[in-house]
Amino acid sequence: MVGLLGPNGSGKSSLLRSVYRSLRPVAGVVRLDEDDVWSLPARESARRTAVVVQQTQTEFDLTVADVVAMGRHPHKRPLERENAQDRELCEDALVRVDMADFAGRSFLELSGGERQRVLIARALAQRSQVLVLDEPTNHLDVHHQFELLDLIRKLGLTTLVAVHDLNLAARYCDRVCVLRAGEVVAVGPPADVLTPALVEHVFAVALTTWTDPETGLLHFGLGPMRSARPTAQLATDAAGA
Amino acid sequence: MNAIDSRLRRGAPATTVRPPRRARQALVLAGLAVTLLACVLLAVGAGPVAVHPATTVQVVGSHLLPQLVAPVPDPLDDQIIWEFRFPRVLLGVVVGAGLAVVGAVMQAVVRNPLADPYLLGVSAGAALGAVLVLVLGSAAAAGLSLPAAAFGGALVSTLAIYLLARRRGRITPLRMVLAGVALAYLFQAGYSYLLLIADPRGAQSVLFWLLGSLGSARWDALPLPTAVVALGTVALLTQSRPLNALLTGDESARSLGLGVDRFRAAMLVLTSVLVGTMVAVSGAIAFVGLIVPHAVRLVLGADHRRLMPAAALVGAIFLVLVDLAARTVAEPTELPLTIVTAVVGVPFFLWLLGRDTSAERIAG
Repeated sequence: MVGLLGPNGSGKSSLLRSVYRSLRPVAGVVRLDEDDVWSLPARESARRTAVVVQQTQTEFDLTVADVVAMGRHPHKRPLERENAQDRELCEDALVRVDMADFAGRSFLELSGGERQRVLIARALAQRSQVLVLDEPTNHLDVHHQFELLDLIRKLGLTTLVAVHDLNLAARYCDRVCVLRAGEVVAVGPPADVLTPALVEHVFAVALTTWTDPETGLLHFGLGPMRSARPTAQLATDAAGA
Repeated sequence: MNAIDSRLRRGAPATTVRPPRRARQALVLAGLAVTLLACVLLAVGAGPVAVHPATTVQVVGSHLLPQLVAPVPDPLDDQIIWEFRFPRVLLGVVVGAGLAVVGAVMQAVVRNPLADPYLLGVSAGAALGAVLVLVLGSAAAAGLSLPAAAFGGALVSTLAIYLLARRRGRITPLRMVLAGVALAYLFQAGYSYLLLIADPRGAQSVLFWLLGSLGSARWDALPLPTAVVALGTVALLTQSRPLNALLTGDESARSLGLGVDRFRAAMLVLTSVLVGTMVAVSGAIAFVGLIVPHAVRLVLGADHRRLMPAAALVGAIFLVLVDLAARTVAEPTELPLTIVTAVVGVPFFLWLLGRDTSAERIAG
């Protein structure tokens, strides 16, 4: 599980979008199992990489089961019908995120945490090896943030996740990748990467770290602010590209 | 949360809920198909000269299966049913289904519940083409007949909107809606001016045509438009899965491997050919394409796999009944269809909206 960290506008979403073929990189290639994802057909890429995007809004009344069924889209030829196996995969996916009881419920009536679970179930129904999540813990309370990341971790997929919370990143990610103004400034295990010097450089916020003597877990204390704002000039260029 | 827990509870609700729901879906479709058939027989039989349903069945049977069914004794019955009413009702079935399905597609493609088949200025474009012919004569429209000019106007409008809404190869729904609304006003200005300078009789016939009528249905003029609309509608019915993918956003649809921009462009082309054809043969019948998809969503949900076939059947039933009312209520005067669709459809829709306790089921 790799965490993507960086200030707003540092290029986290742009990087993720180039991974799931929504934004074509101006330079460089995104490789997955040796293949450039941009040379793969869109559906083939979607069979390998499932995504929970940042904003999933809908004005239309879909049931949870309908939303999960979308995950089978990349596996189906245009006129092919869903079969028993597809339905089983969708049911399994809902069971794995513990939302099986919600299959017939309206997606619109769910809470934020429940929606994220359903979207993860849709990603599971896609049967990909790679899972990409863009700030999945946004708008969730503390409990649901932990619960969701626990769940994601347990799925055992190669996961690339954009997060804002340094403590969550340190706890759940095997490696973190820190972006600043469109460029990668550090990659590695959270304990090595998230140093006071780096965090101050990237986020312009002071950082104190300590290790819980009982659990051995790394904790971060943040603040105060160091300068007006992290520079984002390059970042807007990267986002516009 | 616990994996073992989940496994124990596995599938219980999902497997018990699903088969009945799928069975209910089939039942709903079968029920709608039977209703449509009944409505067609009723509509073909009713009119200034009432014909017994049995006679109606015999007339239709004798033409479709001449080897098996003997012709009816009264040639007048045969002529009324087969020459006048049947093509008209048939056109109602095809146009009603087409408008409802196109409406559902447009609402998904621009992700806006207010969208309808005429969103992209298609009806205004078609109207301008038709008014040019009616008011200034076909010479003013490069010698085109009225349906051809209407069709041309619809395509010009769609093409203009497509070009206006495109930016860096991507068509954004909001730009599409705004360009459509703006162009519609422009075309409206054009045909309103033409109507003002036209003589009153011409203006009245144009107004009637704009408000929709199936009165032009004749066997000889039917095959081409009917085939176009029927085939196009069937083609749209096969697009349920990509349409579903669009409902949760472009980004999300791309992540599912859907080429959003190409799909949207394809839907735009297909729907405008359909709407252009429908407007050309029956005028701009309002309301069917907006209300029928919503009414079906309120009952069956927004998943296009369930919505689309049901919307096609409900649209057909609705338009057949509306046309029946339009030609019988104020006999011998015939009412324009849009007046009837609004008078009948609005109260029904408001009732449906009020009946459902969660109003957000329709539109957030």
